[in-house]
Amino acid sequence: MELKSTREGSNLIVDVEGRVDGTNAMDFQAALEGAIQQSDQGVIMDMGELQYISSAGLRVILLVAKSLQKQNARLLGCSLSESVREIFAISGFDKIVPVYDSREEALRELQD
Amino acid sequence: MFGSPLSGRREEAMAESEEVESYKILVVDDEPDVEPLMLQRMRRHIRSGRYSFVFAQNGIEALEVLDRDPDIDMVVSDINMPKMDGLTLLSQIAELNPDLRAVIVSAYGDMKNIRTAMNRGAFDFVTKPLDFDDLQVTIERTLENIKAWKAALSSRDKLVSLQRELDVANQMQKSILPMEFPSTDEFETFGSMEPARNVGGDFYDVVQLEAGQIGLAIADVSDKGVPAALFMMSSRTLLKGTAIGLGEPSKVLHEVNNLLAEDNESAMFVTLLYAVYNPANGRFWYANGGHNLPVIFHPDGSSTVLPYTQGLALGALPGVDYEEGEITLAPGDTVVLYTDGVTEAMDLEKEEFGMERLRALFAGEGPTSAESANDAVFAAVREFVGEAPQSDDITCLTLRRGARA
Repeated sequence: MELKSTREGSNLIVDVEGRVDGTNAMDFQAALEGAIQQSDQGVIMDMGELQYISSAGLRVILLVAKSLQKQNARLLGCSLSESVREIFAISGFDKIVPVYDSREEALRELQD
Repeated sequence: MFGSPLSGRREEAMAESEEVESYKILVVDDEPDVEPLMLQRMRRHIRSGRYSFVFAQNGIEALEVLDRDPDIDMVVSDINMPKMDGLTLLSQIAELNPDLRAVIVSAYGDMKNIRTAMNRGAFDFVTKPLDFDDLQVTIERTLENIKAWKAALSSRDKLVSLQRELDVANQMQKSILPMEFPSTDEFETFGSMEPARNVGGDFYDVVQLEAGQIGLAIADVSDKGVPAALFMMSSRTLLKGTAIGLGEPSKVLHEVNNLLAEDNESAMFVTLLYAVYNPANGRFWYANGGHNLPVIFHPDGSSTVLPYTQGLALGALPGVDYEEGEITLAPGDTVVLYTDGVTEAMDLEKEEFGMERLRALFAGEGPTSAESANDAVFAAVREFVGEAPQSDDITCLTLRRGARA
């Protein structure tokens, strides 16, 4: 698992790569929480290079979504591969993290 | 790395163990008949030295007994009693001794009281009129849990390895699995689980509902270790209580989700598929909280995937609505409910077992019994993974409609 982040105005974009499962979910959580700042209004998780996410990884996403909600910020997802999209659809997590086809679309959503 | 799966065969192993561990059980009920009946029906276990009983007629008396006798391991209590009722007793017990486990006896379908009892820390419940076989199974389950809990506490004291804690969690997980699988001429059920060494939080349950209907559930908790095992236990008990009280699968999941989502700071969740099966007409009525979709195998060996319905893993967010679906099983149809430990089992080349292999499992001829279908899934996964380490629990629960039903 690798995580890179860039900032676009008051929004944070996080690229997640590789696999997130029980063995590295804690690292994933630490990396995400380390990247997010109090002033962020939106966080976009770009999952284009994410091959797999287990339920332990989804739990980290839920934790982050909940804490962002407390600071009135939103968490969006984009560019999901077909297999990750399926994981989001079956688990219902696309109700917690709305997903968009591209990073541009997600950014537009945050600007509206 | 594959041992024998946990299943109905577990009871034999229990009978083999030589040393009898003894437990003291306090029974609280205002009906005078309960004491002689309990002593009579449980005589085998009293004679073997496993159980000894103490009795009280109301909550106040029970607290007095508990105060006098620190060796009591568990409490079985009625709800409606004079002086102090069972629900008040529960909150007192929680303060007095958090290691004590209580089982509540309630009227069938009395969800309001069951729910309150669960919120006050009851471990499980049985319904009236008392079925002593069911009570005995529940007592054993509770005792297994107490044992695991005590081991967890001592491991915390000793600061032993994470592996030890995971062993304890595995034991707790084992204690909530059903020990029997209802089967008649019209239908069969069978389930088993192969727990992973490190990760895992699967469970399944089969409950008898009103009018001969059967409730079936398969689930996967998002985390590992003791906190996940505790979350798993409350999921199972809340599901059982709610399933008995409410009919519709969508309402059951809605309710259990709300209960689990309350104060869920750790953001744990459980994917759970719940179905009500009617053996009389083959109706399989279900709602899905984010779990993998079961596969239906037909007598000719072809397969269908259960249609997708909207839902979200339970405990994640309160107030979620669950869509309902239903299918009718034809005679000889077999539904295999499973967890992602099956489809995501990996071989040494990191390839997944996958849905296609599962669906093709009975090509040519469908399964002939629930147990053989279950075994075939495990055998296929085992052969596929070869020497690769098992990374997640592997769990299957199978329902088959009889060929002449």
